[in-house]
Amino acid sequence: MEILALLIPVSLALGLGGLLAFWWTLRRGQYDDPEGDSQRILRGDYDDHPKP
Amino acid sequence: MLNKGAPIMLSVPDAHCAMCISVVENDLQKMPGVKSARLNLTLRRVSVDADAGVTAAQVSERLARLGYTAFELDPGTLSTTETDRQGRDLLMRLGVAGFSMMNIMLLSVAVWSGATDATRDLFHLISAAIAIPTVAFSGQPFFRKALAGVRARRLDMDFPISLAIILATGISLYETLNGGQDAYFDAAVMLTFFLLAGRYLDFRTRAVARSAAQELAALEVPRAIRFDDTGEETVSVSDLRPGDRVLVRPGGRIPVDGVILDGTSELDRSLLTGETLPLFAGPDMVVTAGAVNLTGPLTVRVTAAGKDSSLHRLADLVAVAENARNKYTTLAERAARLYSPSVHLLAFGAFVVWMWITGGDARLAVNIAAATLIITCPCALGLAVPAVVTAASGRLFRAGLLIKDGSALERLAEVDTVVFDKTGTLTMGSPAPISLETLGRRDLEIAAALGAASSHPLAQSLAQAARDQGVVPARLTDVTEVPGHGVQADWQGQPVRLGRAAWVGAAPLEETAAYLSIGSQTPRAIAFADQLRDGAPEAVSAFQAQGKTVILISGDVPGAVGAMAARLGIADWRAEALPQDKADAIEALHAQGHKVLMVGDGLNDTVALAAAHVSISPATALDAARVASDIVLLGTSLAPLPDAQRIATRAVRRIRENFAVSFGYNIIAVPIALVGLASPLIAALAMSASSITVALNALRLK
Repeated sequence: MEILALLIPVSLALGLGGLLAFWWTLRRGQYDDPEGDSQRILRGDYDDHPKP
Repeated sequence: MLNKGAPIMLSVPDAHCAMCISVVENDLQKMPGVKSARLNLTLRRVSVDADAGVTAAQVSERLARLGYTAFELDPGTLSTTETDRQGRDLLMRLGVAGFSMMNIMLLSVAVWSGATDATRDLFHLISAAIAIPTVAFSGQPFFRKALAGVRARRLDMDFPISLAIILATGISLYETLNGGQDAYFDAAVMLTFFLLAGRYLDFRTRAVARSAAQELAALEVPRAIRFDDTGEETVSVSDLRPGDRVLVRPGGRIPVDGVILDGTSELDRSLLTGETLPLFAGPDMVVTAGAVNLTGPLTVRVTAAGKDSSLHRLADLVAVAENARNKYTTLAERAARLYSPSVHLLAFGAFVVWMWITGGDARLAVNIAAATLIITCPCALGLAVPAVVTAASGRLFRAGLLIKDGSALERLAEVDTVVFDKTGTLTMGSPAPISLETLGRRDLEIAAALGAASSHPLAQSLAQAARDQGVVPARLTDVTEVPGHGVQADWQGQPVRLGRAAWVGAAPLEETAAYLSIGSQTPRAIAFADQLRDGAPEAVSAFQAQGKTVILISGDVPGAVGAMAARLGIADWRAEALPQDKADAIEALHAQGHKVLMVGDGLNDTVALAAAHVSISPATALDAARVASDIVLLGTSLAPLPDAQRIATRAVRRIRENFAVSFGYNIIAVPIALVGLASPLIAALAMSASSITVALNALRLK
């Protein structure tokens, strides 16, 4: 059962990592235009003229 | 309006695909002065970052050339930042609740699988350490609302929710500290998570609707040009006093009630009364606010402004009519009214009965009361309505309809009678010349040249129609516009005129027409007919196929209304209806037990729009009409309307199904909780199963 002392902090840390990632995406406004983003990934503009 | 650093915002209702993004953004980026352009497909809105010289009108024009209708928005009144902040706040609380739910569930599964003694206590303690801060942070929206409800002596859904969350957390903490067997931390956090998800969906729907209502209201700014001996200045309409003199330029809307002092012109009163025929306007004529000045500048002496004007009286009528409608209670409100007291009674009853059975074991009794509250707690109820409404308004938005009011969906589903306005709703409100071929090539060339010289809608439409036929306008000299009468010019030494019958010297026709005279020949009439709005016949016949009564009520003359009704196959029509007549007709239908959907666009429709059970107006309508209606049609076609009605009916059916589902779960789970068999595992299972069922049922909406 000693392994619990390791596993519980690890699982909590993983969860916290996810929460932080979520917080970051929220701050970057990645939920402002979900429909547009899902369409943007399909267009070829960037492939034809990659931004330098 | 000059752009001062803030991005230009335009609503682009027709944008819908990946191609649209490329086309719009690439084209706008090529526009001189534009730094960057970004199209938000979710909100159908393009924001343009540009130099100070670029105006929204230029961008709008450029988009129109690409085939996208664009409406200018005022970024100042949009206050998107406030809405964004609230949305992010809710989303953050939801994220935190989701994180804790996963971790606590991980620990709870271990407990359910048979962890005992010290291990179980340790897991409970860790759960408590995660759950208590989470509940304190994520539960705030519910606590705040419950408190506000208690202050207002009202018992809504938030009170039982808050009670369940706090009681579950409290009792679990007590049990944990005393080495008890059961802890409901997972249930408390799960409850918070599911209900926050419902709240967030609800918020998103409202935010989209609210910003849409604001952006539409931001379209028109009531301003007037006042002038006195010192010169002219632009003032707000609310600053005008009777006796002031205002200048109304051609193309402008008359801002006040008044009397014409100077100038001749023609007035388009179609939005006020539904009449399609422009009216001659000269000195001493009484004019009312809202009419559009067509050809010449007019000086108007103000007789009534602000509260006394005819516009304001109309607004009062609208307010009265709206009051009646606000009494509508939604399905969710009715469910909450039934639900809140019964849940409290049930939990309290369980507490009292178990106190009596066990002879005063408060710990067990509170445990059972808390379990009852958790199990009955409206996870499904709080998710059932927002999930369906979100799915339905998303579908309607894609069809080009914007719902401004949450209960509009339910009201739309109940409709059995549809009342249409004619001018501007079933028709485009812009007349087109008919039977041009009888005119002859030479006459048409002259008419096209004369028409191009005027800004009058009939003249413009004539010139456009001629251009479309490939007619090259004749060469004219001395072209002059006589405001209120028409245009005259010299053609190969002969005087030519295009204008009103009396001025040209022709016998006036019954229908809308312009008259052309060439030299000494007999003047010819060019008749005009209003163009049908795209999708109007389809919408009318689809509504009739659904078994709904379709009625046409217009302020226009009987001839025009009758012809339109015959063309669309509408048997029941009324003409020359005043604004109050329209509202009365709708009231009469309501009195007969019908639920009326009103579709209209004009000022004369606003009272009727507000009085109807539910109302729709096109985006091209006046702001007053759009404010009075529940749903705004963003595209130009009327075809989506019957489909929207069908979607609304299905959505309401889904909501009822969801209520039935969550009620069914309660019927099974409540007795289990009451007899004290609801372990945390059963509570968790019942809660997640019912929530997931209603969410999936909502997504079935096609």
